[in-house]
Order: sequence, then structure tokens, then C-alpha cells
Amino acid sequence: MRLINRVPDRPLSVFLLALPFVAICVAYAIGSDIRLTANPSDKLLPAPETIWNTAMRLISEPDRRSETILFWRDTWSSLYRLLFGVAISATISLIVGMAIGLLPFMRSFMSTFVAVLSMVPPLALLPILFIVFGLGEVSKIVLIVVGITPFMTRDIAQRVLDIPTEQLVKAQTLGASTWVIASRVALPQVLPRLISNVRLSLGSAWLFLIAAEAVASNVGLGYRIFLVRRYLAMDVILTYVIWITILAFILDWLLKNVSKYAFPWMEEGL
Amino acid sequence: MSFVTVRDVWQSYGGRPILERVNVDIEEGEFISIVGASGCGKSTFLRMLLAQELPSRGAIQIEGGDPAKEPGIERGVVFQKYSVFPHLTVRQNLLAAEGFCTPLGFLPRKARKSANMRSQNTLDRIGLSHVADQYPASLSGGMQQRLAIGQALMATPRVLLLDEPFGALDPGTRLQMHDFLMELRAETGMTIFMVSHDLEEAFKLGDRVLVFDKPRWDPHDPGLYGATITYDFDARTGGIPYQNILNDYPGLMAAE
Repeated sequence: MRLINRVPDRPLSVFLLALPFVAICVAYAIGSDIRLTANPSDKLLPAPETIWNTAMRLISEPDRRSETILFWRDTWSSLYRLLFGVAISATISLIVGMAIGLLPFMRSFMSTFVAVLSMVPPLALLPILFIVFGLGEVSKIVLIVVGITPFMTRDIAQRVLDIPTEQLVKAQTLGASTWVIASRVALPQVLPRLISNVRLSLGSAWLFLIAAEAVASNVGLGYRIFLVRRYLAMDVILTYVIWITILAFILDWLLKNVSKYAFPWMEEGL
Repeated sequence: MSFVTVRDVWQSYGGRPILERVNVDIEEGEFISIVGASGCGKSTFLRMLLAQELPSRGAIQIEGGDPAKEPGIERGVVFQKYSVFPHLTVRQNLLAAEGFCTPLGFLPRKARKSANMRSQNTLDRIGLSHVADQYPASLSGGMQQRLAIGQALMATPRVLLLDEPFGALDPGTRLQMHDFLMELRAETGMTIFMVSHDLEEAFKLGDRVLVFDKPRWDPHDPGLYGATITYDFDARTGGIPYQNILNDYPGLMAAE
């Protein structure tokens, strides 16, 4: 039987699904154990239970000076920046992308500009953003917006262009104006794509957020990681990395389910 | 004055003529089948009737009005596929025919009740009441085309254009669709243009069959000349013309 026709049965596929996760944990535990037996005060690969204890301490014990639990404060401020930035990007890209896709005038006017804009490396703009917008929240949100909007806009525009001409002509023969075609024909068909766009760009959004927080901030998940790096506090760093991964995974899962329930006509298209 | 007037219509893409000197007069209520080889411009002709494309020369008028510049509510259309909106249920697709012509694309509350009734009538008529709340993706090809025709008729166009509407259907469904279309036509008396690949279908359904072909052919440059209407068959009496010609001349009848 050809390899492309061999399908794992249910237990085997669960096992395969878990395998890489288990493998990475086991590999880490072994590596950590080897290093710790050689040198009990080694800081590079802390034992799993050390990480666990640190994680418990981080999420429950308030900071002595500020009387707040820094872990949750970092989480909220990072999530706030991330979601705010992504929301702005999604709105801009939806409006501009639909305009480019539907209106030939906007296509001539904006599409090359957006294509060039998406080639600008966003991180190279970070110093400019800090100079222009200061070191506060605005520059971090703007970095996310600058980083992911051009790509999302291009994709939305392309998706609008992919709507069969037949549908647009049909809508016109039913008497639809440009606004009605945009709002009732194009928009509903583009929204699922917008959600999958947001899912795809969340990865870049995290990257830009953590980069901005690492450079200049006083709170945030990225800031904390780069702060404790100075003390080689690998247990804190690993806790934060795992936490960011979990957050990203939850966001992705939520978006996936939103589009499944909000757009039943897509069926298996997602 | 005929209902649809096509006068000296030319169409060319990038300097290459596709259609040349197309002239035809259509009476109201006629069913016109359009046939021809692939690439002879019959779909182009339909797109020009629809005003999706504008002829590079000449004009197409309905009842002597101004030639249309873009597709509008006067001309309904059913394509081979993609004619219905995938994100709307069957009922919503029919209601779209009424809602889309409002400024915001939604029916006002007052109008909704009567529109619902009309859509229910159409649903019964096209036999899709049992799937009213399903999305088009879950319908068969024949059902989707019935929906597309029903949707086009909800908007009560003056001319209905069909671009190979049954091309993707299996032979059995196609025959059902023929009956369905002939019934609808008998009810509404609408002027219909249908592009088809199937000669039998074209003669069966049409009152007239227009054949598109190239009258001039340059063997060194096949794309030099465009196509035009080379035959205009009367298909009413089984495709054999002049069967009832004596009816037009009562004097001759009497002499016989």
C-alpha cells in the first residue's frame, strides 16, 4: 500500500499527536537531570519541578514592592496591546482591502502602494515609532498595526477579487448599488477570510509585541522575559514562554470556533 | 419598432474583432436560442445584451430606450454556475431579489411580510420549499439552477438572459429543467435569450435559433474577422419553416 493511502486509526493518531509533546518534555527532563547532577546550582536547565514551583509562585504571590501579582499585570497589559493592535489592523485592512478589491479606482490608487508598504521591515521602523510616539503604549500598538496591516489588506483585496464576477453581475441585475454589493455580497464572504487572516497574523503580532516590549517598556510579558534574562532566571523565562504559547493557542482556537459558528455556509472551507 | 433592437454591433478585444455587423430584431415574448462553435462570440453577445460589456460600435436597445451602460434591473441573468449567493439561504437568496434594490440592501419592516409571501410563492413554484433554510452548497446542480432562475424572476426583469444554464446538469435533470422553463415562460410571457451548446435543446426551447459563425475566413490569419449571425432559424413548427406560410395569405388559401 502506498504511503499516501495509509491512515492511522484513532488510538494511533492520538498517540502520534501526543508524541512530540512528550518527547520534548522527556528530552528536557533528561538534559536538565544530566546538568543538575553535574552541578546542582546550574541555572540553564532548571528541573521541571523548579519550573512548576516558580510558575505557582508567579501566578499567586504578589510583588513585595508594588503589592500586585506581576504575572497577571504583565498578561493583561500585553493582551491589551496585542488585541488592540490586531483589532485596529483588522478594521483598516477590511475597509481598505474591500475598497481595493471592489473599486477599480482604489485599485489603481492603492494596490501598488500597499504592496510596497508590506515590503518595509516593521522592526526597522521601531526606532522611528519610539521617536514619534514616545515610549508609551501607542508606539507598541502602532508597531503591531504597521507590521500586520499591509499583509492583511493585500489578502482581503485578493479575496474580494476572487469572488466570481457572475455574482457581482447577478447582484447588479437585482438592482444592487455599489454599497449594497459591498455590504451584502462582498462583506459576508470576506469576513471568514478576515478571521483566518487574524489567526495567521497573530504570530507576527506576538513577535512585534515582544520585540517592542523588550526594547522599551515597564510592564508586559516580553518585558519580563528580557528583564529576568539578566539574572539567568530560566525558570521564569520558561514559565512565561509556555504561558505565551498557551495564550496564543487559546486565541487561535477561539477564532477558529467563532468562524465555524458564525459562517455555517462555509462548511468545510475553513 | 421591435422589443430588442441590435443595430450594427461590433466587438473587439485588443484590436481583434470577435463580433462584426450583428443586426437582429427581437419581438416581445420571443424565446431566442443562440448557438455556435466555441469562441465564436455567443457569450460575448450575451454579455453585451446584459450590458456587462459595451459594444465597440453599434447599439443594443430595449424598446428604443437608451443603450444600457452597466447591468441593471431590466435584464435578469442566470449563468452556468455561481449565479446564487453562497452565504445566503435559499429563502434569503430569493428575498435578495427584492432587498438588494433598496438603498441599504435590506427590506424595510413594512415590506417584509409581503416579500416573504412572494418568496414563499416562488419557493413553491420552483419546488424548493423543503430546503428553504439550507445553503446553496447543499443543493444539487439542478436545484441551484432552479433557484437561480427563481431569483432572477423575482426581480421581474424585462429580458431574461441564460448563459448555458443547463450545461453542467445531467441529461435527466436537464429535461426536467426544460419543462420547468417552458412552464415559467408560458406563465410570464417573458423575452428570453439562451446561449446553448446543445442544438437539440436550442431547437426544442427556442422560437428562433440564432447561429453565430464567421462569414469570412482568412486561412492565413483565422482571427482576422469576427463572427456574426449567419442563420436565423424559425424553430416554432418543429424547426421546419414556412409550414404555415399560407396563413399569412388568406387569398392564396381561398384560391387553393
